[in-house]
Amino acid sequence: MKISRILKTILLIDFLNGLLIAIKESFKSKKTLNYPFEKGKISPRFRGEHALRRYPNGEERCIACKLCEAVCPAQAITIESAEREDGSRKTTRYDIDMLKCIYCGLCEESCPVDAIVQGPNFEFSTETREELYYNKQKLLDNGDRWESVLAANIKADNPYR
Amino acid sequence: MIENLIILFDEIYKVLFLLIPVLVSVAMIVWLDRRVWAFVQKRRGPNVVGPFGLFQSLADALKYIFKEIIIPASANKVIFILAPIVTMTLALISWAVIPFSEEYVLADINVGILYLFAVSSLGVYGIIMGGWASNSKYPFLGSIRSAAQMVSYEVSIGVIIINVLLCVGSLNLKDIVLAQQNLWFVIPLFPMFVIFFISALAETNRPPFDLPEAEAELVAGYQTEYSGMMYAMFWLGEYANILLMCSMGSILFLGGWLSPINLYPFTLIPAPLWLIFKILLLFILFSLVKAIVPRYRYDQLMKLGWKIFLPFSLIWVVITASYLFYFNLLPVN
Repeated sequence: MKISRILKTILLIDFLNGLLIAIKESFKSKKTLNYPFEKGKISPRFRGEHALRRYPNGEERCIACKLCEAVCPAQAITIESAEREDGSRKTTRYDIDMLKCIYCGLCEESCPVDAIVQGPNFEFSTETREELYYNKQKLLDNGDRWESVLAANIKADNPYR
Repeated sequence: MIENLIILFDEIYKVLFLLIPVLVSVAMIVWLDRRVWAFVQKRRGPNVVGPFGLFQSLADALKYIFKEIIIPASANKVIFILAPIVTMTLALISWAVIPFSEEYVLADINVGILYLFAVSSLGVYGIIMGGWASNSKYPFLGSIRSAAQMVSYEVSIGVIIINVLLCVGSLNLKDIVLAQQNLWFVIPLFPMFVIFFISALAETNRPPFDLPEAEAELVAGYQTEYSGMMYAMFWLGEYANILLMCSMGSILFLGGWLSPINLYPFTLIPAPLWLIFKILLLFILFSLVKAIVPRYRYDQLMKLGWKIFLPFSLIWVVITASYLFYFNLLPVN
């Protein structure tokens, strides 16, 4: 060992340098978010909780083509459809098992009318499993709740689709 | 009969007046530790429960109370249950001799520092008992490591204490503090203070000497099999021990309850507060060290204890003694 090295060890130079850096760093701004009160920015493509959208006149977008059901790799989507009085085909049942869902976004991608989308909401934890079996009403409610954000996100992502 | 009861209750009240603040401050100090650690790493630390997250430790304690205590089937039940009790009791009884000011001391005994040293040496029993009674390999290895470590570093702490005692001429903690009225021992005995601080880290199993609970190798060391309130008691005992080491350091080297300068604005602050300031200062240093220093290897730890600290502090005893003798400064009783 060199003498300079021995001196450095005895006088705890490296330790004191480290201590100085630690004290300096501890007064700098924090890198973590104060989560429930502060949230990170998420991309328009973020794949969170599902929602079924409506047209501005209140009509459901979904035409029961079942492409999402077919493409879903986890087979989380169940759709049943029937003809309505006005001759249009609509879903009578649209269930998503959120516990099976792997949030891959293929349903959203396959949808020809932008009906099923994955919104920006990722805070939908529940206390029972049953609450995570989403039915059509729940999904439509989600769509109504998040419509402004969903529309903006689809518009922002449009050039890349 | 009645008089005896009155005396008994009087004593119990005195003990409670000491113990409850100590326990509360242990809870607060855990919060402070986590906060300082987080701040160094540019995180926020616990800040949700109560103002600035101050009640985080109380919430944790509450959680521990309601958790189930699991006793392994192969464990030695009596010793398994006794171990955390021993750890916590030993950590708390040493507070009896800590003088908070000239009047505020529970037991003003003439062998104060010897008592402190003896009790802190006994602390290793709780850990060994816990590790052995768990009857499982990680706790066992952890407790063996911790026993070896604590024994090694106690030796150098003992020698460091001799250094201080040479300058004081008394084992009474009050006398030790009062002997520092003109000059705190941290100035003439600075190298000893540094070694005391590092040995205190090793003695309380704090990082960088937390080998007994090195999570990468030993899961959680001697605490692996413990759960619920028993784990919390180990945890309380550990932090009470850390606080005790900090107060020991401030009494031996930083002038205990004395203000830095015996002048008007400093003397306004009551004496116990000065001691608390010094303990906090040392504790913050403890947590900063935890945040910045990587863990030692076991052979490095032993080498540091036996080959560096022990000879160095022994040599320093000789230097101190000869200096005091040559200049005729030995405290004569």
